[in-house]
Amino acid sequence: MFESALFGKLTLSAIPYTNPIIMSAVGGAALIGLLIIGWITQQGQWGYLWREWLTSVDHKRIGVMYIILAVVMMLRGFSDAIMMRIHQAYAEGLGQGFLPPEHYNQIFSAHGTIMIIFVAMPFFIGLMNYVVPLQIGARDVAYPFLNSVSFWLTAASAGLVMVSLAVGDFSQAGWSGYPPLSEMQYSPGSGVDYWMWSLQLGGIGTLLTGINFFVTIIKMRAPGMSYMKIPVFTWTILVTTVLIMLSFPVLTVTLFLLTLDRYLDMHFFTGGMGGNQMMFTNLFWVWGHPEVYIVILPAFGIYSEVVSTFSQKRLFGYASMVYASIAIAFLSFIVWLHHFFTMGAGADVNAFFGIATMIIAVPTGVKIFNWLFTMYRGRIQFTTPMLWSIGFIITFSIGGMTGVLLSVPGADFVLHNTEFLVAHFHNMLIPGALFGYFAGYSFWFPKMFGFRLDEKWGRRAFWSWLGGFYLAFMPLYALGFMGMPRRLVHYDNPIWQPYLLIALAGTVLISYGIFCQVAQLYVSIKNRAALRDTTGDIWNSHSLEWSVTSPPPFYNFAKVPYVESLDALSYKKEHGIPFRAEAPYSPIHMPRNSGVGVAIGAFTFVFGFAIVWHIWWLVIASTLAILVALVMRSNDEDVDYMLSAEEVARIEKNGAQASASAASGLSHHDMITQG
Amino acid sequence: MSATTLTHDHLHDAHHEEHHDAKENALFGFWIYLMTDCILFASLFATYAVLRHNYADGPTGQEIFDLKYVFVETMFLLFSSFSNGFAMISMHKKDRFGTLKWLMLTALLGLGFVGMEVNEFAHLAMEGNGPDRSGFLSAFFGLVGTHGAHVSIGLIWMSVMMGQLYFKGITPAITSRILRLSLFWHFLDIIWIMVFTVVYLMGVL
Repeated sequence: MFESALFGKLTLSAIPYTNPIIMSAVGGAALIGLLIIGWITQQGQWGYLWREWLTSVDHKRIGVMYIILAVVMMLRGFSDAIMMRIHQAYAEGLGQGFLPPEHYNQIFSAHGTIMIIFVAMPFFIGLMNYVVPLQIGARDVAYPFLNSVSFWLTAASAGLVMVSLAVGDFSQAGWSGYPPLSEMQYSPGSGVDYWMWSLQLGGIGTLLTGINFFVTIIKMRAPGMSYMKIPVFTWTILVTTVLIMLSFPVLTVTLFLLTLDRYLDMHFFTGGMGGNQMMFTNLFWVWGHPEVYIVILPAFGIYSEVVSTFSQKRLFGYASMVYASIAIAFLSFIVWLHHFFTMGAGADVNAFFGIATMIIAVPTGVKIFNWLFTMYRGRIQFTTPMLWSIGFIITFSIGGMTGVLLSVPGADFVLHNTEFLVAHFHNMLIPGALFGYFAGYSFWFPKMFGFRLDEKWGRRAFWSWLGGFYLAFMPLYALGFMGMPRRLVHYDNPIWQPYLLIALAGTVLISYGIFCQVAQLYVSIKNRAALRDTTGDIWNSHSLEWSVTSPPPFYNFAKVPYVESLDALSYKKEHGIPFRAEAPYSPIHMPRNSGVGVAIGAFTFVFGFAIVWHIWWLVIASTLAILVALVMRSNDEDVDYMLSAEEVARIEKNGAQASASAASGLSHHDMITQG
Repeated sequence: MSATTLTHDHLHDAHHEEHHDAKENALFGFWIYLMTDCILFASLFATYAVLRHNYADGPTGQEIFDLKYVFVETMFLLFSSFSNGFAMISMHKKDRFGTLKWLMLTALLGLGFVGMEVNEFAHLAMEGNGPDRSGFLSAFFGLVGTHGAHVSIGLIWMSVMMGQLYFKGITPAITSRILRLSLFWHFLDIIWIMVFTVVYLMGVL
C-alpha cells in the first residue's frame, strides 16, 4: 500500500534486465553519456555550458541545441531502423530474426515517433531558429524566453522516450497509436503512456514555437520588408507556423482524450460503452496530415535558397513558390481521410478526399518546375547542399508519383497497409524532408560556426545516402505490389526474402553515409583553419543572414537593416549599398539568459515520468514546481538589459577577430560577456 | 532610453519603440494563442457532437441536466466578465485599489462558477453517472471539464496578478498582463455560451 503510494506502478521488474539487446543499448547510451559528462568536467566547461548555452535565450544558441537534439535522436531512430531491417531479412520460414515480437513492435513504434517528432521537428525548428530572425533582419524572436521553454519541453519529452528504453517499455501500438489497441484493455503496460506523454509534452513545446515564430515573422521584419520581399525560406516557415497553430491543438485534444480513456476509464475511443474509435483516427490525421507538410515545407524553403544560391541566379517564380506553399497548406487540411480510405466512409467521401489529394500534386509540381527553371542556364556549383537538392528533386518526384497512385481509393484498397505505403512515405520524408535539412545544415553551417564543412566527406555522405535510399526502399515498393503487409515480425514467403536482403544492404549503405557525416564533422573541425570563412557571405548568396559576420554577433545586427528589395543582400551588393553597420551605434535592448526554461523542462520531465507510472504525489509536486517557476519568472523584473553603444562599437570592431577565435573553444559570445 | 537617432529616419527612438513593440507583440501573440485554444475547443465540440447520443443504456442529457441550475452558473460567469470590465476601467484610470476590488469580485464570481460546476460533477458521479458511464458522459465531462479547468487556471492567474498589483502597483508590465488575462476571461465566457447552447440547451430540447 505504502509502496504503491510512493512509487505508483513502478517496480524493479520494470527494468528489462533480462533482455540483453535493450540492456546493452542502455549500457552503451549510459557509457556515452558518462564519457561526455566526464569530458566536460575535465575541461571545466560546466559553467560555460550553463551560462552560455543551456540557459541561453539567444535564438541562434537555441537553434544549435535543437539541431544537436535532432542528430542525437536520429542516431537512436536509425538504430531502430537497422534492427528492423536485420530482423526482417532473417525472419522468413524457419528463421525467427533476432527480436521477440513484443520488442519488435516497440521498435517500429519508437522508430516512427522518434523520426517524426524528435528528429524531423527539432531539426527544422533548429534551422528556422537560427536562420529566420537573421533573414528578416530581427535581433531575436518575439518571445526569447518562451523559445527557451519550447526547446526544453521538446528535450524533456525526448528524454522521456529515451528513459522508456531503460524503465518500462515503449508503445507497441505503432507511432499512430490507434485505439482500441492503445486502450488500457489491450495495452495495460507503461508503453502507450510513454508514447502519449512524450508526444503531448513535445507537442505543447512545438505549438509555443509555432506561435512565437508566427508573431516574429508578422511583427518583427526589418523596415521595408513587405510580404512579397520575405525570403522564401522564411515564407515557408510562416506557412508552417500557421499549420502548427491550426493542427497541434487537435493533437493535444486527441492525446488528452486517450489519456482520459486510459487513466479515468472514460469511453471516447473504447470498443463498447458508446466510444467511437473512428473519432480517434479522424482527429489523429486531422493533425497528422498537416504534420507531414509541417516537416516538408521548411525543406522546400531550404531547397529554394540552396538551388538559387548555387545556380547563381534569382529563384525562378518566387511569387508562385509563395502561393504554392499557401495552397499546399490549405489542401493539407482537406485530405486527412486518405489515411483510412478502407475504413468504410463510402464512395462519395473517398472520391472527395482522393481528388483533393491528387490536387496537392499541382502546387508541388509548380515548385519542382520552379527549381528546374532556376537551374536552367544557371552556373551550377555542385556543392554538397546542391547535391542534396538535386537528389531530392529526382527522388521526391518518384515519391510524389507513388503518392498520386495511392490517392486513388481503388488502388489504395489494394496497397494500403503494405510495404508499398512504407516505401511511399519514406520516399517523401527522407529525400523530401531529411535531405532538405542536411542541405540546410551544410548550407548554413559556415554561418553558424565561421567555417564550412569538408566537401569530400559531404559528397561521400550524399552518395551513400542516395544509393542507400534507393536500395533500401525501391524493393519495398515491389514487396507492396507482391502483397507484403507492413510491420511483419515473421513471414512465410521465400520470394520476399531477397528483396528484404537488398533493403538491408541499402540500410547498411545509409549507415556508411551517417558515418561519413560524423567523419565530415570531425574532419571539418580539425581543418577549421583551412575551411575558415572570413567574409560572412561564403556562398555569395542573397538574403540578410549573409550580410553579417559568421558567426553573427549575439545581437545579430548592430543596426537594423533596411530592405529595398527581395533578395535584399543581392540588391545591396549590386547597387553598392554598404550592408555592414558603421559607427555611430546605438544602445541595443537585449533579453537576459534565464535558467527558468531549463527548470521548467526538468520539472516537465519529472512530471512525464511520474504520470506514466501513476506516482501521484510526484505529479502534483512537479506541477506545483512548474507553476512556482512561472510565477517567479513573472515577478522577475530583471529580464533584460541595454548593451551600450560603446560595447557594440567594440564588438563590431573586433568582429573579424572574434569570429576567428570562435572555433578555437572560446566563442564570440563568451569573449563579449567575459570581456 | 537612447537619445541617439538611427540613420534611417523611420527608426527614431529605438529603445522606446522596442518596448512599445514588445507590449504589442505580447498582446498579438496572446490573441494568436487564444485562436489555437479555440481550435482545441472546436475539437472537443466535434467529439461531443459525435458522441452525444452514445448513451450506452445510461442517462440522456434530458435526464441529467438541470437548466435552472446551469442558468445560475452561467450568470456567475457572465457577471464575472462584467466586473472584469470594471476592473479594466479602474486600471486605465490608474486606480490600483479599485482594480483590486473589481478583480476580487471577478475572482469570487469565477470561484462560484467553478464551485457550482464541481458540485454538478460530484452529484452526477455519486448518482453513478460519472464520466466512465457512457461515451456521451465522457464527452460531456471532457468538454465541460476542460472549460472548467481553463477557468480555474484563469483564477490562479488572477490571484497572481492581484498579488503583483497589490505589491507593485500599476506598472506597464502588469497592465499588459492584466489586459491579456481579461482577454482570456472574456474568451472563456464566449466558449461557455457555446457550451450552454450546444450541451445544455440542445441536450434538453
